[in-house]
Amino acid sequence: MASLELVNIRKRYGELDILQGIDISVDAGELLVLVGPSGCGKSTLLNMIAGLDTVSAGEIRIGGRRVNDLHPSERDIAMVFQSYALYPNMSVKENIAFGMEMRKVPKPEREQAVKEVSRTLQIDHLLDRRPAQLSGGQRQRVAMGRALVRKPRIFLFDEPLSNLDAQLRVDMRTEIKKLHQRLGATIVYVTHDQIEAMTLATRIAVMRAGELQQLGSPAEIYNRPANTFVAGFMGSPRMNLIPGTLKNEGSGSYLEVAADGAGPARILLPHVPDATRGYLGREITAGLRPEAISDKLDGGGSGNRPVIEATVEVTEPTGPDILAVLLLGGREITARLRPDSTLKAGERGRFAIDLSKLVWFDPSTGARVA
Amino acid sequence: MAQKWDSPQMVRGTSAHWSRFIIYGLLLFFAAIYMLPLVVMLLTSVKPLPEIYSGSIIALPHEWTLKPWIDAWGETCVGLSCHGIKGYFWNSTKMTVAAVIISTAIGMLNGYVLTKWRFKGADLLFGLILFGCFIPFQIVLIPMATLLGKLGIASSTPGLVLVHVIYGLAFTTLYFRNYYVAFPDELIRAAMIDGAKFFSIFFRILVPNSAPIVVVTVIWQFTNIWNDFLFGASFSTGESAPMTVALNNVVNTSTGEREYNVHMAAAVIAALPTLLVYIVGGRYFVRGLMTGSVKG
Repeated sequence: MASLELVNIRKRYGELDILQGIDISVDAGELLVLVGPSGCGKSTLLNMIAGLDTVSAGEIRIGGRRVNDLHPSERDIAMVFQSYALYPNMSVKENIAFGMEMRKVPKPEREQAVKEVSRTLQIDHLLDRRPAQLSGGQRQRVAMGRALVRKPRIFLFDEPLSNLDAQLRVDMRTEIKKLHQRLGATIVYVTHDQIEAMTLATRIAVMRAGELQQLGSPAEIYNRPANTFVAGFMGSPRMNLIPGTLKNEGSGSYLEVAADGAGPARILLPHVPDATRGYLGREITAGLRPEAISDKLDGGGSGNRPVIEATVEVTEPTGPDILAVLLLGGREITARLRPDSTLKAGERGRFAIDLSKLVWFDPSTGARVA
Repeated sequence: MAQKWDSPQMVRGTSAHWSRFIIYGLLLFFAAIYMLPLVVMLLTSVKPLPEIYSGSIIALPHEWTLKPWIDAWGETCVGLSCHGIKGYFWNSTKMTVAAVIISTAIGMLNGYVLTKWRFKGADLLFGLILFGCFIPFQIVLIPMATLLGKLGIASSTPGLVLVHVIYGLAFTTLYFRNYYVAFPDELIRAAMIDGAKFFSIFFRILVPNSAPIVVVTVIWQFTNIWNDFLFGASFSTGESAPMTVALNNVVNTSTGEREYNVHMAAAVIAALPTLLVYIVGGRYFVRGLMTGSVKG
């Protein structure tokens, strides 16, 4: 296991800046997830760590040692590819042992290692089969076996679950997490799926257009997103970003929400963070997760849980709860209601807001102010 | 639209019976026409000479004989020497096998480099190599003769092998390049991380997965080289001539009686190897053409 440092990494293809100075450092034993929409440069970054792509500027250090100019095989890394990249002409056993064979590990040692890994991954009954004779989930396991068997210092995963069906993906996700906990391995994991990122990571790096948007623990990313992009990208359904005007009136502050042609609505704010004082009387964006807006009215109406009135536009029962799109001052916001809620589309209802989950963004820069 | 069929197979009823009948009838008719020359050749080759001069060419022989085949192989006169075509058959075999193996191997390596180890100007180079496919044989005859003379391998089997390797490279490179373009890069990357270098990736990963395109290339090269007459006639003399040139010398002899039965036997012998290659590799041929998206 080793630490990984990325120092001001840049990638240029001709005139095009793919990565514009990425700084990330990962401690040994961490599981870093690189997440972002397609084209954000996350796979390029992973390929650069692997040595499959050249670095235009900056430095990559594995275990404190600069590896920029080392061949992939000399970096002591292992990679699991999206397509699994199993050699079709070799049996499962040969696939797993190929890396050791190339490193001239003696045969008995190789066989012992293959045996151990295949037992861990429960693929020992498949060792003599060809990749074409395996199911998607089995191929995935073999690909992981090929990475595990070498006991590398860093594991790289390139969207390893995106070719699996939904059920299998959830199972394998748990499996990868278990594996990480048991091995204590350093893992860099690329995905575009924010749920995978949230569930697996010890730290998440959210990227967009070659820039690092935020680096933090899943809880930090989820509760304190650095900007409106991270707020919108992480979490499903996405965070409500409610544009409004921050106002102060005798008794206290409130956010006035008003879209064209609709009566304004108010969200009362018993206290506002100091950082937002400068926005008094001006436009500001409030960020509220759907689960911070609910029909649980107990304890509502006072203190940190003001109550709003809004019209229900659509309800979407998901099983554990009901997602409702509400109209508040002409703006659509999503709320997460109790599964036994009887509110129907078109009805007006009362909803409690959990202000402890409220975050504020500057409407012009998108950056979080509080 | 009055009537719509989901597919031709949906046709039912008596009219369907008739259309089937007509389709199969036509197919059989054309198959027979295509087969006719071969049938005539085979029949002629097992008839004694007097029967050929007296009878119809598609009549079955009254008296079956294998003597023309034996004569063609070991007795008939090619030019001035009368030892049959067997020597030339082996000339062709040696030349074709060597040229096919070398040109296929180099084409493979070219395709590998042009797709998986791309360098600046790789596409331009491939374009230029491709250009070689469209150069007519005749244009290169004189410069090639000069080159072979300077190398000291004129009028020899190695000389012909060299000519065929050079001329075949454009095609074999095209085939392998187009096949390997579709070969997943992730496999190469995985092998690199596993510690495989240039040649171990080539021999352990790429070559074992190239069977369909190897078959296509081998069939293509084998047929072209074996059947080549122009290079054979230009760059070989006497004993070093390939089969095709020898066959011409057998058939175009101007002395004595024309032994049609021997000529036919020699021609069938000359065509056998390519026939064999097609029969053995034929079903891979079409499959390979599809997978490599190469148009033959």
